[in-house]
Amino acid sequence: MTDELESALPRVQQVSSMHRAKMPSQLAIARFMRHKVAVWGLFILTILIIAAVFAPVLAPYDPAAIDLSAGGEPTPPTFDHPFGTDNLGRDYFSRALYGARVSMAVGFVAMGIAIGTGTLIGAVAGYSGGLVDSLIMRFTDIMICFPSFFLILIVQTLLKPNILNVMAVIGLTGWMGPARLVRAEVLSVRERDYVLAATALGGSWARILFRHIVPNVLGSVIVAASLRVPSAILAESGLSFLGLGVQPPQASWGNMLQEARIYMGSAWWIVFFPGLLIALTVTSFNFVGDGLRDALDPQTLC
Amino acid sequence: MTKYIIRRLLAIIPLLLAVSILSFAVMYFAPGDPLMTMTDRRGVDDLSPEEEAYLRHQMGLDAPVYVQYLRWLGNMLRGNMGYSLISRRPVAQIIGERILNTLRLSVIGLVITLAIALPLGVLSARYQNSLFDQTVSVMTFIGFSLPSFWLALMLINIFAVGQRWLPAGGMAPLQDIAETAEGRFLQTARYYILPVATSVILNIGGWLRYQRASMLEALHEDYVRTARAKGLPESIVFFRHAWRNALLPVITWLGFSLSSLVNGSFLIETVFAWPGMGRLGIQSIFQRDYPVIMAVTMLSSILLVSGNLLADILYAVADPRIRYD
Repeated sequence: MTDELESALPRVQQVSSMHRAKMPSQLAIARFMRHKVAVWGLFILTILIIAAVFAPVLAPYDPAAIDLSAGGEPTPPTFDHPFGTDNLGRDYFSRALYGARVSMAVGFVAMGIAIGTGTLIGAVAGYSGGLVDSLIMRFTDIMICFPSFFLILIVQTLLKPNILNVMAVIGLTGWMGPARLVRAEVLSVRERDYVLAATALGGSWARILFRHIVPNVLGSVIVAASLRVPSAILAESGLSFLGLGVQPPQASWGNMLQEARIYMGSAWWIVFFPGLLIALTVTSFNFVGDGLRDALDPQTLC
Repeated sequence: MTKYIIRRLLAIIPLLLAVSILSFAVMYFAPGDPLMTMTDRRGVDDLSPEEEAYLRHQMGLDAPVYVQYLRWLGNMLRGNMGYSLISRRPVAQIIGERILNTLRLSVIGLVITLAIALPLGVLSARYQNSLFDQTVSVMTFIGFSLPSFWLALMLINIFAVGQRWLPAGGMAPLQDIAETAEGRFLQTARYYILPVATSVILNIGGWLRYQRASMLEALHEDYVRTARAKGLPESIVFFRHAWRNALLPVITWLGFSLSSLVNGSFLIETVFAWPGMGRLGIQSIFQRDYPVIMAVTMLSSILLVSGNLLADILYAVADPRIRYD
């Protein structure tokens, strides 16, 4: 009897110490790692981001160097040009690498604008409540009424289409979702006891909002952010495809597809590679976002 | 319920007014005006200042912006959407034709999407975390991550350019070659295959995940456990108790998709040269056809808000537990 107890004791201690050692962040990482597809997505994304960052080192050719020895026709993939060349004889692989920089930059910056604006607006609305809250939320409702891609198109025809405007317009049409999300979370968090405690201790308005409330809604913000990047990349590619996005000679995955229609039957690689890269990036981001949702927001697990 | 609907409808009015003021302001402050668009179109570039002033007055462009807006609003409320600056046809007439074309595509697409997505979603929930579930889940993620225009281009590349099995774009052959009605139908149907396939591939994922989630939720409800405890056969528990309830959120989702059904997809319609609402929207923006842009924007906003309202109403109608007061 005592033997049994003694032999069981260390095991119990071991188990309890294991539990004590796990911080919420470690639990989250463990949950993320269980989501195999998300880990794969993260792996592919890491490669793509490294390729984008080191494009100048990795690109075998100057992405803008024109070579008309093929007579102004695209040439198919070879060992020298793994993705072939476009109609101006530019190395398509090098263009795709530089295009990765542009597409990723647009994705991340537009996400930053959308999430930053949305978090700020949502947090202020949710925390202040009352008139400020209803004014802000009515404005959000109005902005949501615009079909967003349509709004982007209208503004883009009025502005000069360049990379900065693309980032700004995609970012500024994407803050409404995050704002609503953050407001809803703030509304629930601000009723918790630790916020009451902080208020009782005389914490200032800003301190309570940014020190106690915002960190606690961060989980859902991170999930929203991870899903905002791929949607911004898709929006950029659509805009550039229509000629309203990033302008050549600067390469983006979207504007590489702009002339794809002309070469559809004759040069499949012109259509195939940029779109494949967009699809790969967007899929990976969506997988990572799904994994993050499971990891950071266990309530939605089902 | 009636009170709730009336209250929601009343709330929509200021919302739409705000949207219309904002869009009107964007057009007004944009460089260039409708007169410039018109004269550019006709290659008229030597209007005398008097002629220009006269035309401006005729078109009401010399009035202050709020007067122009109120005039536009008054016409809109009387059902007069104005005339296209490009084709000179009534905007209402153009939109009527385009909506029909888009609906043909989107309704067929929706029916096929649902016919595939709902059974797969139910099966995924039934065999949660199985190899089947995981495969379907990965496929759906890839499906809605594809750039729509790229998927369209690839399908055209394979089936229209490479193999010449199907037409690459347009809605119908330029002239009827087939003699019989049946032949004409088959001939026209070929034009639908690629655009419909594109939208089905892109949209399946969303519906499937939605149905899977709602089914999983329903399967964990108490009434399902009770039904099993009573000893009912699993098939009856599954279909009659769980699935019927899991369909409710799917039905409400139909309300949310109302606007996309009518507005179509800008990119898919552009790639397939499909004369629908999406393409009309893009064309009117590129041509600065202000009356058309305003009409399309307003229509989309109206559909968006009424779709949301419809979703809420459907939810209450389909599920008696939901009460709005």
